Amino acid sequence: MTALARIRQRDWRSLTRQQLFWPLLILVALLLFNLPFTPNFFSVGVRNGHLYGSLVSILYFGTVPILVALGMTLVIATGGIDLSVGAVMAISGAIACRLISHAADQNSVSLVLEAMGLALLASLAAGLFNGLMVARAGVQPIVATLILMVAGRGIAQLITSGFILTELSKPYGVLGGYAATVPTGVFIVVGFVAVAAVLTRRTALGLLVESVGGNAEASRLAGVRAQRIKVMVYLFCALCAGVAGLWNSSSLGGADANNAGLWIELDAILAVVIGGTPLTGGRFSISGTVVGALILQTLKTTIFTIGIPAQANMVFEAVVVIIICLLQSTDFRRRVARLLRPGAARGRPVGPAGPAAPDQRPAQAAVSPESVEIPS
Amino acid sequence: MTTAKIDARPASPVPVWTRLLRDPRLPIVVTAALLVVMYAYGSYRYSFDQQVPANLLINNSYLIVAAVGATFVILTGGIDLSIGSLVGFSTVLTGLLVTKNHVPVGLAAVVVLVAGALGGLLMGCMIQYFRVPPFIATLAGLFLFRGLSLMLSKESIPINDKTVASIAQFHISLPGGAFLSVGATVALVVVALAVFVLHYTRFGRQVYAIGGNEQSALLMGLPVARTKIAVYALSGFCSALSGLVFVLYIQSGDPRAAIGMELDAIAAVVIGGTLLTGGFGYVLGSLLGVLVIGLIKTIISDEGTLSSWWIKIGTGALLLLFILLQRTVTARGTRTTR
Repeated sequence: MTALARIRQRDWRSLTRQQLFWPLLILVALLLFNLPFTPNFFSVGVRNGHLYGSLVSILYFGTVPILVALGMTLVIATGGIDLSVGAVMAISGAIACRLISHAADQNSVSLVLEAMGLALLASLAAGLFNGLMVARAGVQPIVATLILMVAGRGIAQLITSGFILTELSKPYGVLGGYAATVPTGVFIVVGFVAVAAVLTRRTALGLLVESVGGNAEASRLAGVRAQRIKVMVYLFCALCAGVAGLWNSSSLGGADANNAGLWIELDAILAVVIGGTPLTGGRFSISGTVVGALILQTLKTTIFTIGIPAQANMVFEAVVVIIICLLQSTDFRRRVARLLRPGAARGRPVGPAGPAAPDQRPAQAAVSPESVEIPS
Repeated sequence: MTTAKIDARPASPVPVWTRLLRDPRLPIVVTAALLVVMYAYGSYRYSFDQQVPANLLINNSYLIVAAVGATFVILTGGIDLSIGSLVGFSTVLTGLLVTKNHVPVGLAAVVVLVAGALGGLLMGCMIQYFRVPPFIATLAGLFLFRGLSLMLSKESIPINDKTVASIAQFHISLPGGAFLSVGATVALVVVALAVFVLHYTRFGRQVYAIGGNEQSALLMGLPVARTKIAVYALSGFCSALSGLVFVLYIQSGDPRAAIGMELDAIAAVVIGGTLLTGGFGYVLGSLLGVLVIGLIKTIISDEGTLSSWWIKIGTGALLLLFILLQRTVTARGTRTTR
């Protein structure tokens, strides 16, 4: 083997080991996959005074999954999980729509701001409950948030009295509509992602979150206020869900306590995992999460635009999700590599630290060194 | 008082009531007590007859079967989100086989059970061999099986088979004038079998060992891979059986049946005192958990004036109560704050 080839191989390997490599590759592949089916998939036009096109609609409908997944990322980074985001979305939308729809003048800006403020306060209260349950009471996150997941939807139905509340407020409609030809949701998402990224990557906060996720007890002994960090991430997650709930009800023009944010927790967790944040915590990637949520939204748009029959939607989605999960699994990649080159796998030393003198390896292994195990 | 004295006394024995409070079986006792209290309240207020407890079993039989499967998975420290979808899939598959293809009911039941077990087996393999987290693997299963059942049939398939109807209407008389349905009997048999498997077989001890500490179980030479995959296959089997019981209940194959049932099952397991970290819990607790949730539903529907969302809020409040109770039980010693 020439030295040049070896260098190229090393570059390729370090590239594939980049955290964002696989998610981005999948996203690009999904986008390109649309091209033969919808030739104008990448075209963006202006209609009714705002942008339109498949890409714009991915961004438009991506608001909720990206926002919720963003909050979920930090929660998962501390080794937790938040199942209550869908219920929090329903509560937040229900409160805002109830206040607005019962008011005399729905178009009053101060009313809309007040309604949104109260809705977000309620979301923060939900986040505080989750945070205290996990951090103070020490309940497992999946159980602690299961409570609000079950009860929260009941509370939302209590607020709407079981009806679908509709509102016709113009200022409220801007939130889920368009501002300066661009979907307002894009601004919200960019704002939240930027704030989260700056707070976690330009201050020590991100490191603290990761240390709590790595080992809460050890970081507490090292002087990190682990409990406070945990409460903070649940508050942030609930805030994100609350804003997503407001956007959702504004874009629909009403609150449906039964269906608002239904199954969003599953989508959000999936987006986080696809983005390369492990469910075990201790490490997170905000950009990965955004790409992960975009992958899921693109998948949904793809299913819609290439005309897969409605009843096959979920199977298609499930198959893609399984493929993505398997691609991300290092064990799977290793097994496939081993299957493809059975000869190379047999005489291979156990680990990279083993006495791997190159001249003692079987001839085939020397021919195809890419089959050598990459430790994860 | 002001001078610090070295306490030379031997460590005082733990007071009796503290010991009682810290007994890990306390949540189950409390669940049972709550069930009795709620039942007493209900019978005082709405004059329950003997058939009410039997109906509690009959109306929740499919949930009991599914909760048993969920208990096994949760005991190993995993989770199964695909339960509701697999139940829906099983009802549709039964409907298709029996109504459209005129397959004998017995054969159809066997096919459905094998399909369910295979589905669980596949998820177990994903979890064990490819290290996909159980949450994600079974989530994919949730999508896959719900999607498959929608692909098999968009609409609900009515099952007008004579055998199915006669099984569904068959009543087993109990002393005192009450009766049980076939589904309720199946549920009780499943619970009894699960108790036997968990406490009297090697497999059961392996399940507890893996839940306690998977690494230790591996080092002890227990077949961790085989047991974990078997547990998910077992949960798939229980979901399919739950689907068959559900078919008797609704007499149709509905692709939208049992949406979100996995949450009811998990809630029942938690209320029943099983730890979600695995390693501790009893199947009987899960049975009690299902009955408590079922009794809330009965009381709220008997009340009449209360809206359906109070069921959700009530279940949530009850979950909160039990979880805090579990914390006082497991809080002994200094555990991690996780």
